[in-house]
Amino acid sequence: MTVEVSFEDRMETVEFRVSPDPHIVVDGDSCRGCTTKECVTACPANLFVPTADGGILFNYEQCFECGTCYMVCNTKGAITWHYPEGGHGVVFLRS
Amino acid sequence: MYGGVIYARILDDLIPNWWEEAPVQRWVTRRATMVMTPTQSLSLDYRTQAWGKPPYNGATAYRSEFDAWLASKASDAGATVVCETTAVGLRRADDGTVSGIRTDRPDGDISSRLVVACDGVNSFLAKEAGLYPELDPGNYTLGAKEVLALPAETIDQRFGLSPGEGVDFEILGCTGDVPGGGFLYTNSDTVSVGVVLSLPGLAQSKSRPEQLIRSLKEHPTISPLVEGGELVEYSAHLIPEGGYDMVPQLYGNGILVAGDAAALCLAAGIWLEGVNFAIASGSIAGQVAVEALGSGDTSARGLATYRKRLEKNFVLADHKKLRNAPHLLLSERVQTRYPQLMCNLVEGLFTVTNPTPKSGAIALTRREAKRAGVRIGQLLRDSVSAIRTFG
Repeated sequence: MTVEVSFEDRMETVEFRVSPDPHIVVDGDSCRGCTTKECVTACPANLFVPTADGGILFNYEQCFECGTCYMVCNTKGAITWHYPEGGHGVVFLRS
Repeated sequence: MYGGVIYARILDDLIPNWWEEAPVQRWVTRRATMVMTPTQSLSLDYRTQAWGKPPYNGATAYRSEFDAWLASKASDAGATVVCETTAVGLRRADDGTVSGIRTDRPDGDISSRLVVACDGVNSFLAKEAGLYPELDPGNYTLGAKEVLALPAETIDQRFGLSPGEGVDFEILGCTGDVPGGGFLYTNSDTVSVGVVLSLPGLAQSKSRPEQLIRSLKEHPTISPLVEGGELVEYSAHLIPEGGYDMVPQLYGNGILVAGDAAALCLAAGIWLEGVNFAIASGSIAGQVAVEALGSGDTSARGLATYRKRLEKNFVLADHKKLRNAPHLLLSERVQTRYPQLMCNLVEGLFTVTNPTPKSGAIALTRREAKRAGVRIGQLLRDSVSAIRTFG
């Protein structure tokens, strides 16, 4: 069997050239009214974390730029998504 | 990023003897389609030496290397390749005609009489041009993949390969409560293993993508193949799997769309292809662009030949022929009941129950269909539907 690594170590295998400007913006107010929070389970990089007050804690730095979050989101306008600025973002080397 | 095999024969005319220089990991000589339940698996496993010599059939590759090689070919042919620049939107003339792109570089707007949007599965350019109807997540899947390092000799031994030969497994019935599939293929000194998940299914599920990859790796059929592999890269990407019915308007005034941006990815069960569709549509878009610029007509009317040519080519012909396959494959029966039925049926055939005499195949099918909750009438209807879809 392969040794399962922690999620943190899993993400350490990927190279990110992080832009100072977030390419995803999450509207916390919209999220507080959302009961389903599809983004939390679906994001393969696990970037969306529910908070105690019903909102979403989010970081964009380790984003795969797949687009799953805005596709599964049921709350219009909650996630604003575009690609990172040129020269930044995820770098896949063996994929 | 991608997840499977590059079928590059489409390059025969563009780059003669491309196989002598393309940065390939392994040439696929063994191809298996597998159905599984948590404790069973059934494979159609084919291998041929013919695929291990020119002109080959399919190859595994790292897209970081393969795409850079293709870009160098474009550059050699006179193209200016501008990397590290994001196309953030379209430029438009007063009448709405696309007249170039906006980039995020200072003074980085580029004017052009024609734009070929190849900006991938999320194609914001095609959407901005109004070529896509409303977004339907049901047309998309998420591919999530692990690349596991293993010595090349270990890979050769485990998969029964000679050096340089590769294998590709496509798997159904391995994604728990989420409709989808799995894959496992070999690179030189890594194996890639992952899952492809329906977006609405994933959104409703409590399973996370990496958990489903883990379950696949722990399956008794897969576990010995990946044992000891060290995770060296984790990745994910959306796939436009909706097929022919989700292909957008492919051209507008001053714009063409190609590759994943045009949803030209074939996900039809036994056939899973994308890179070849991207290369072919991009190539045809290039030819149409040259002709349109030459004649001075880059209006939608002048570009309409693009779709016609794709219809005559495998790009849209394959999609049209297999237009019902994505829906059939993601149906509940095909996802869970049929893998169970097929595995039980074969287990029944090969389990020796002495002193009880062997059951006939028909009696066995009736019994196992009932056990899997499949009505014989439904099984026959689905069989006819499968023959119509794939035949």
